[in-house]
Amino acid sequence: MSTVSDAPDAVLDRPAKSRAWAKFRAHRIGMFGAGLVGFFVILAILAPILPIQDPIATDWGAVRQPPSSTYWLGADEIGRDLLSRMIWGAQASLLAGVVSVGIALGLGVPLGIIAGYFGGWTDAVISRCTEALLAMPFLILAIALAAFLGPSLTNAMLAIGIAATPVFIRITRGQVLSVAAEDYVESARAIGLPTHLILRRYILPNVLPPILVQATLTIATAIIAEASLSFLGLGQQPPAPSWGSMLNTAKNFLAQAPLMALWPGIAIFVVVLGFNLLGDGLRDALDPRSD
Amino acid sequence: MKKTLLLTALLSATALGAQASELKIGLESDPDALDPDKSRTFVGRIVFTSLCDKLVDITPELSIVPQLATAWETSDDGKALTMTLRDGVTFHDGTPFNAEAVKANIERSKTFDESVRKSELSSIDTVEVVDALTVKFNLSASDATLLAQLADRAGMMMAPSALSPDFASNPVCSGPFTLTERVSQDKIVLDKFAGYWNADAILLERVTLVMIPDSTVRLANLQSGDIQIVNQLSATDAAAVEGNARLRFANITGLGYQGLTFNGANGDKSNNPLGQNAKLREAFDLSIDRDAINQVVFNGLFTPASQPFTPASPYYNPDFPVIKRDIEAAKAILAEAGVQTPVKVQVQVPNTPVTLQLMQVIQSMVAEAGFEVELVSKEFATLIADASVGDFQISQQGWSGRVDPDGNIFGFVTTDAGFNDGKYSNAEVDRLLREARTISDPAARAERYKAATAILAVDRPLIYLYHLGWLYGLDAKVQGLTLYPDGMLRLEGVSVTE
Amino acid sequence: MFVFFLRRLLVAVPTLILISIFVFLLQQLLPGDPVLAMAGEDRDLATLAALRERYGLNETLPVQYWVWISAVLQGDFGTSIRSGEPILDLILQKLPVTLQLAAMSLAFAMLIGIPMGIVSAVNKGTKIDLAANVIALSGLSIPNFWLGIMLILLVSVRWQLFPASGYVPPSEDFWQSIRTMLMPSFVLGTGLAAALMRHTRSSMLEVLRQDYVRTARAKGLTERRVVLRHAFRNALTPIVTLTALLFGELVAGAVLTEQIFTIPGFGKLIVDAVFNRDYAVVQGVVLVTAFGFIFMNLLADMAYVLLNPRLRHAR
Repeated sequence: MSTVSDAPDAVLDRPAKSRAWAKFRAHRIGMFGAGLVGFFVILAILAPILPIQDPIATDWGAVRQPPSSTYWLGADEIGRDLLSRMIWGAQASLLAGVVSVGIALGLGVPLGIIAGYFGGWTDAVISRCTEALLAMPFLILAIALAAFLGPSLTNAMLAIGIAATPVFIRITRGQVLSVAAEDYVESARAIGLPTHLILRRYILPNVLPPILVQATLTIATAIIAEASLSFLGLGQQPPAPSWGSMLNTAKNFLAQAPLMALWPGIAIFVVVLGFNLLGDGLRDALDPRSD
Repeated sequence: MKKTLLLTALLSATALGAQASELKIGLESDPDALDPDKSRTFVGRIVFTSLCDKLVDITPELSIVPQLATAWETSDDGKALTMTLRDGVTFHDGTPFNAEAVKANIERSKTFDESVRKSELSSIDTVEVVDALTVKFNLSASDATLLAQLADRAGMMMAPSALSPDFASNPVCSGPFTLTERVSQDKIVLDKFAGYWNADAILLERVTLVMIPDSTVRLANLQSGDIQIVNQLSATDAAAVEGNARLRFANITGLGYQGLTFNGANGDKSNNPLGQNAKLREAFDLSIDRDAINQVVFNGLFTPASQPFTPASPYYNPDFPVIKRDIEAAKAILAEAGVQTPVKVQVQVPNTPVTLQLMQVIQSMVAEAGFEVELVSKEFATLIADASVGDFQISQQGWSGRVDPDGNIFGFVTTDAGFNDGKYSNAEVDRLLREARTISDPAARAERYKAATAILAVDRPLIYLYHLGWLYGLDAKVQGLTLYPDGMLRLEGVSVTE
Repeated sequence: MFVFFLRRLLVAVPTLILISIFVFLLQQLLPGDPVLAMAGEDRDLATLAALRERYGLNETLPVQYWVWISAVLQGDFGTSIRSGEPILDLILQKLPVTLQLAAMSLAFAMLIGIPMGIVSAVNKGTKIDLAANVIALSGLSIPNFWLGIMLILLVSVRWQLFPASGYVPPSEDFWQSIRTMLMPSFVLGTGLAAALMRHTRSSMLEVLRQDYVRTARAKGLTERRVVLRHAFRNALTPIVTLTALLFGELVAGAVLTEQIFTIPGFGKLIVDAVFNRDYAVVQGVVLVTAFGFIFMNLLADMAYVLLNPRLRHAR
């Protein structure tokens, strides 16, 4: 974001920004979403210093026990504290969401800008590839990539990031096409400003808002995708917890210990809901048409 | 008058029909090709048990009994096996079963390019048709394992009229049931073969095998009455089955095991402390509490193991009982070896819930002695590929078990054998196990196996953790099922009451 | 119109070729040796080599691709390495299953999503709108597979109302078929219902702002008539388009749902093939799915143009 305020004509930009912020603050649902996300982020960051048990310490006597004063949410299939595994799992899930979207942004936005701004053959090649990738089911692509890279949290993030890239190429390209036709870009080109400057000063800041909204919503999708991959055994590796892998284990003990499946499911639901609400709020705040 | 008669006939039929004619069995995975020469899966063998008769069969006590062959005799030098075949047997398509058919089957198993039975029948040189119902196998060397092989897929008889590379799409054998329909990943429907030689023993008209990979869902189907037998019941679900008056729990200790294979000499990855030092492997072994594993992971239903053979086997070596956990001894060995703790080691494990649970328990146990285990979970396909090229330090692998002792040890520890992923090599072990293959006297064979087990217990190219149990959830209506240690479901005499 | 269609088709050709290359590379990405994966407990080195030879796994990649694609163009997808069945048969066997699941989920999503969207748009800014939005967002946020597990636990295991797994073809027993598919289509439909609701809402809002709606209101028509006859009709275009697009996504979404409810459809076929390293099946099935997706996109475009005559000559 710093590039935005560095831009010389931030004058034009700034009022829009603060207007957006004001609009967002007034957006109750969006703020609620931000609150939910914030709660889990803080929980995840504080995991190492919270007074909770070791998430990988086992207690043979507590195997699949219901909640008690020692184990507030119960214990898992080899007697580990579910509460602390939930909190450490938040770290894995949020990290997966943010990092994979970061990867998708890092790959997708530059490619989208290149395709949109330069057009011609470059555009044709990038666009056709994007279309082809989009035609493959997202989860299948992610599963194949994760299987290729080998099961691990890092690889799951990579796989999800790559699988989510085409969406960002497409959005960015569309935005660039509409922005590039604007007068101020035309005139910048007319006075002979170098391409990289035009891209940085005029194109990038103006294509960012919808991408930001999409990124927030994609974090939600990515968290579910990570859970899905972990659910298939392709994500976080034991003994480290993630919500998806906890669910994967829990489904074998549904009859004996249904709570093992309940907690991670609720957590995924709430955090994803948070990101979706936040994305909605951002969309409304950044949409120039809405009043 | 006619009408009344028919009605009475119908009535009596329903009165007698207190037996349901269909049995549904929930299997844990989809079998591969339904061609005994191509088949490679455990569940495939379960399907074949109803579909294809073998030359011989086993009893629950593992002695060989007649099936399609009624009698057999080995020559004095052990180099010829002559079998007398059952008279009046026909294949599903009505063609007769005879010595020619046996010859065609064995020759196909030995020569068909996609056959995976070649090594099982490698001792057979030629097959001779003596007369219509007598067949003679001429062997290159005496082979004590041959009869057991003929009691499994290598001995399954396919109709010569149906033999083609595409046999799997329309399998024709001589078993009690014929294949009616196969919907892959869904179900296999078998109907009773009216011309079966032992048709009186078959009380079911139809058997449907339903593929349900998830153990919880499999159990849910049993509870709701949609299936009557759950194969591979999850150990943790046993209590739920026992607590339900309409269901029954049944189990039997199998012939297979789960264990840890160490990479001793297969590529660069064998250069790790545990791969190079048998004493460290001993310390690792001593820090595992097999009883606790059995309780925590398997509800106490499996049998802890430190050998490839179960205690009930005549080949079991009583001098090497199951290792008891001794954490102090383990620490002492580590101290004596002068290695720096924690000793770091990577274990590859299949990414299935039960194996992961097992390895996490072990990880936590050995940590106390001073081993820092990193778990690398892999899909099964990757795990075995990596193991065979030596891309592992320790690999967690299992074996479903074979009737003959040779099938549970030879391939894993003899030099350059197919499953010897750690490339363990010991000339004495090779010699003993090769000899055991050719000796038919059980006592003399047992001596060789016991001697080999004694060496392996010290060298520890792999450590055994437990013997698998075959666990079943049954509808109480299922009657007459006998369990076998090979985990196959033989449906003779099985019925379902209404 | 014809020219438009032809142009769209021409543009799709390079995409289709690219897809076939990606699909081919996708399976090459998978680690592990398919032959070894099949071999399982029967590992005989000479046999493995023979199998590799037979399935052309020793050839170079371009050769493998060429052999594969030229066979596919002649309608031959090869046979499954694992079960030996022809892949075309597998596809024809599994496709109807997934289509039924998708159709039922879509029907479910439309029944819930569209009315909710209309009600919410008409009542914009009220508590009803807020409630509808929160419900929709919740639907979008529930992980499908978790919902599936919980339903199995409650509905199948505890209450034993619906079967936990399986598939019955409608031709065999129509009602039983609907009954077994009810839970899975509910699970798959929730996310879609939410998406459809949000989309209906926004396109209704757009339309309700237009002059002709105001005119209709001014003419004194009942609000009900204004909303349903004038507004909704015009809002339908983007909804139809989205529905066509969603259908493609449905097939993708079926992957986990089928896995959980053990439905022998496309999604389960793909996942099992990936895990079994059944390369030929992965290739064939993903290819068909991707082509289907492109086809639905084309249909969506056509529907859009048909419903908006003004667009026919644009571009």
